[in-house]
Amino acid sequence: MLTLPIYMDHHSTTPVDPRVLEAMLPYFNVKFGNAASRNHSFGWQAEEAVELGRKQVAELIGASPKEIVFTSGATESDNLALKGVARMYRTKGDHIVTVATEHKAVLDTGKRLEKDGMRVTYLGVGRDGLLDPDDLRRALTDKTILVSVMAANNEIGVLQPLTELGRIAHERGVLFHTDAVQAAGKIPFDVDQVQADLVSLSAHKMYGPKGVGALYVRRRNARVLVAPEIDGGGHERGMRSGTLNVPGIVGFGRAAEICRLDMESESARLRALRDRLLAGLRRELDEMEVNGSLEHRLPNNLNVSFAYVEGESLLMGVNDVAVSTGSACTSASLEPSYVLKAIGTSDQLAHSSIRFGLGRWNTEEEVDYVVGKLASVVRRLRDLSPLYEMAKDGVDLKKVAWKK
Amino acid sequence: MSYSNKVIDHYNNPRNVGSFQKSEENVGTGLVGAPECGDVMKLQVRVNPETEVIEDAKFKTFGCGSAIASSSLATEWLKGRTLDQALEIKNSDIVAELSLPPVKIHCSVLAEDAIKAAISDYKKRKNGNGEAPADPSGVAK
Repeated sequence: MLTLPIYMDHHSTTPVDPRVLEAMLPYFNVKFGNAASRNHSFGWQAEEAVELGRKQVAELIGASPKEIVFTSGATESDNLALKGVARMYRTKGDHIVTVATEHKAVLDTGKRLEKDGMRVTYLGVGRDGLLDPDDLRRALTDKTILVSVMAANNEIGVLQPLTELGRIAHERGVLFHTDAVQAAGKIPFDVDQVQADLVSLSAHKMYGPKGVGALYVRRRNARVLVAPEIDGGGHERGMRSGTLNVPGIVGFGRAAEICRLDMESESARLRALRDRLLAGLRRELDEMEVNGSLEHRLPNNLNVSFAYVEGESLLMGVNDVAVSTGSACTSASLEPSYVLKAIGTSDQLAHSSIRFGLGRWNTEEEVDYVVGKLASVVRRLRDLSPLYEMAKDGVDLKKVAWKK
Repeated sequence: MSYSNKVIDHYNNPRNVGSFQKSEENVGTGLVGAPECGDVMKLQVRVNPETEVIEDAKFKTFGCGSAIASSSLATEWLKGRTLDQALEIKNSDIVAELSLPPVKIHCSVLAEDAIKAAISDYKKRKNGNGEAPADPSGVAK
C-alpha cells in the first residue's frame, strides 16, 4: 500500500526511529535528572544514560567515549571545531584550508574567522565533486593549523578521499577536521583510518532526534584541544558547557547503535533503491544529467538535472513527493546551488536539479511511483518550456543574446 | 514556499500554452529572461492590424510556478485589448491578482517585460518591411 506523501529528502532530516523514540521517552519525565547532579539517584541515572549514549556514538566511528563532546547539533560542532582550533592554536599559525562545497556551517564559520584575521583557503573540486589531494598538498603552508573537508556532500552525496587527505594533513603536522554528518551511520567511517582529529556528527540525520550532535575530539596519538565557544559549568571536559540534553543523547546513542548494526544490509538496500530510481528515470526521460560522481557516492543519494525544466516548478508538480532542488527560487537568495556551481554545472542545469535522499522506510513501490510521477511532470513542463522548443528547433541556447 | 490558489490553478491548467508559426503575419514575439537566471518567458500576440486589437496570445515559460502563472495570466488579460490598453498592464496588477510574495515579484516584472517586448516586436515588424526575424528560433531580440 502506497501512502502519500512520500518522503525522499533524508539528507535534510530523518524521522526518529520508533526504537530510538522508545529509548528516549523515560528520560523526559521519569528519569529526568540532570547528568551533572552527583548527589542523588536521579543524577546518577541520567549520567549513566549519557555515558551509554557516548559509548554508542563513539563505537559508530571507532572512537573512545571520552573523545565525544555532545553539542546541540552539527552546526555547533563545525563552529566549535573551526573556531576552537583557531583560538587554541593561534600562536602556531593563522591559516585554515577547506573546500568550496562544504556545508554553510563550515563556510560561514570560515568567513567569520577571516573577519577576525585568520586566512582561509577554499579549494575547488573537479567535475565529479572530488577534491584533488594534490591541491590540498599545494595549499598547505607553515602557517596552516587546520584542514576541514567533509566526508560526504549533503547535496550531491560525493565521498571525499578522506584517508589520503588526512594523511597529507598529518604529514605536515596540520589538524584534520571532517564534517561527517551525511556519512556517519550510512557508510563505514573510522576516525583512525581517516586520521581525523575532529569530526562533526548530527543525530537527526541518522534517525535520531533534532537538537543533538557531537564533536569528536582526538585524545590519543596527539591530544587535540579546542577552546570552548560556550562557557559555564565546565561540562564535556570544559569544551562545551551547558546541561546535557539527556533524552537527546540517549536517542542519539540508540540511533548510532542501530545504524552500526544494520549498516551493511541497509546500505545495500538503499543502493539498490537508488539504482532503481536512476534506471527508471533514464528509461523514461532523455536529457538528464547526474550531478557529481556516481562511483564515489553515498548509497542513498541521487542528484539529477532535468534539462529545460526549472526545479521549483518541478517540485510543485510532484507535491506528494518530498525532494529538494538546487534552484534558486526556493531560497531568498535567487542564486542556484553553490555546490553545483563548484562542480561546473551551468546555472541553467543547476536550476533544473533535484536531490533525492533515500531512507530507511522507502520502498521499491515508492521509487516506482516517484519515477512515474516525475517523468510525467518533466514531460508536461518541457511542453511548456520555450527552451525545450528552441533546443528541438536546433537553436544553440548558449548563443542566444538573452535579455537579463 | 506556499502558493496562492490562483498560482496553483494557472500552474495546473496553464492558459494559452503554445507558439504561433514563425511565418504567421501580425504576430509579435517577446522573449525575456535568461536560462541561467532560472526564468525565461516567451510571449506572443496576434494582432488585428485594422483595429490594433490583440486577438490571440500564447506563451511558453521556463521558470518557477509563479513565473508560469504570471505569463499564463498575462495571455488571458491580453486577449481583446488594444495594444495601448495592453501596455497599461503593470506588474503590480499581476502581483495583486496572484497574491505573489515579495520573493516572487521578479516573476511579475518579467511578465510585464514580456508583454512590452511582444508588442514592440509586433510594431517593429509592422513598420519594417514585414520580414521574418533573423533569429532561427523566430524570436525577436
